[in-house]
Amino acid sequence: MFEYWNPRIERMPIKDLHKLQEERLRTIARYVYDHSSFYRQRFREAGVEPEDIKELSDVTKLPFTTKIDLRNTYPTGMCWLPKDWVGRYHVSSGTTGKPTVVGYTQGDIDMWTDSLARALTSIGLGRGDVIQVSYGYGLFTGGLGLHYGAEPWSDETRRRIEESTGIKAYDIYGTSEMSGPLCSESHLQNGIHIWADLFLIEAIDPKTGEQVAEGERGELVVTTLDKWAFPLIRYRIGDLTIVNNEPCECGRTHPRIMRILGRTDDMIIVRGINVFPSQVESVLMKIPEIGDNYMIIVDRKGPLDVMTVKVEVTESAFSDKIADLMSLSKAVSQQLKGVLNIMADVELVEPGTIPRSEGKAQRVIDNREV
Amino acid sequence: MNMEAIKQISIFMENKYGKMARGAKALGDAGVNIRALTIAEAGDFGIVRMVVDDTEKGYKVLSDEGFTVSETEVLAVEIEDSPGGLYEIANTLGMNEINVDYAYAFVTAKAERAMLILRVDDVKRATRVLSEAGVRVATGEEIQQI
Repeated sequence: MFEYWNPRIERMPIKDLHKLQEERLRTIARYVYDHSSFYRQRFREAGVEPEDIKELSDVTKLPFTTKIDLRNTYPTGMCWLPKDWVGRYHVSSGTTGKPTVVGYTQGDIDMWTDSLARALTSIGLGRGDVIQVSYGYGLFTGGLGLHYGAEPWSDETRRRIEESTGIKAYDIYGTSEMSGPLCSESHLQNGIHIWADLFLIEAIDPKTGEQVAEGERGELVVTTLDKWAFPLIRYRIGDLTIVNNEPCECGRTHPRIMRILGRTDDMIIVRGINVFPSQVESVLMKIPEIGDNYMIIVDRKGPLDVMTVKVEVTESAFSDKIADLMSLSKAVSQQLKGVLNIMADVELVEPGTIPRSEGKAQRVIDNREV
Repeated sequence: MNMEAIKQISIFMENKYGKMARGAKALGDAGVNIRALTIAEAGDFGIVRMVVDDTEKGYKVLSDEGFTVSETEVLAVEIEDSPGGLYEIANTLGMNEINVDYAYAFVTAKAERAMLILRVDDVKRATRVLSEAGVRVATGEEIQQI
């Protein structure tokens, strides 16, 4: 039942896998340098030429890419192929600023299909199985093909879901920059296999940018090895995890990430949607009836996340009528929904009761067990 | 400014243990006496409305204590302490298309009459029509001296 979609690749001896990665890294470094003015400039700033990339460890000579770069080059600065080469564009909803545009050649789509087929086969799916996409669609979604809402969960939550539904629940991983969901755990449920022929992953110390020691927690950095419309060099996704390079008992030799342990920024994920406190702040700043201080509280009630935003009523806005205050909290909630795409409960509190910012203010209280 | 209108103090109060006690203590320590009080609750928070003998002082001590406070003009009208006492007032306002936002009553120490505190959408006109109907509208001074 538990088979391999692409056994040659999935079970490839580590030595061969590294050799393949090395070849592909050299190719992609040359490719982006020759074709992308963005990367060429970055390479020059870092003082590196494609010839300097000889072996796998030379990846550390390459410059990092971040989400900010993707925004700054909007719309297609990082996807420079002529349009007739690009088969598809996926555009993020742009909830945190400018949307990011990811292009795909037909080959990129095929790569995605193959990697997802590997992932689904590894959890026991195969010919004749039906996939139900159980997603509440709004006007924002992430991913393509098979849809998913990514949320941090604990082993405890997974156990509860499995016990109450009688089905197995698996971790799946991918970001829109990588091509959406294309990596998952195998049926053994012990870490998400990141296909090494397609992605070179590193775990770095977010502060120094140096690779962390094997088995230590670090920020995940991804270099795409077989993606041509939108290649990424050392892309900092912002997720904290532990990389495990030991071959898995399922027979796959590809490295695993053991669990998403958090974020390097203050992003929180609520009901599968990315929320940045700065988004909340920008909404609140525009409403004169409330103060500048706020607190975001995330709880898990039953199976669902509940987000509460506490805001202070200003003295001048306090009108003595309950109806006015109710409509104020409703208005704040609606404006937040307009920007965040999720419903937040707004709680009005007395001025001065929310802690003032001293240096970096604690704006989020996450009561979920992850 | 209306001669008859009296000032009510409204306090925004989170629905939490001890909040009310803190406000009450501030008033007590300052020697401010509460004539009438009502709490409107709305889930996470409530509004405490009160008429006190010294509005200015009451407002200041609550404000100093960190509460969000506002002053609202309300009417204090005398109401017959007998069946049908409320009808005359309510009917007069209704016939004149004056809306009552909220009201609360208290009985004076002498207990001869009840006092009804009214928040209406047109204080001036309400005072006039009630006076014309023979209802006595109390002044701020009277409230202070009760």
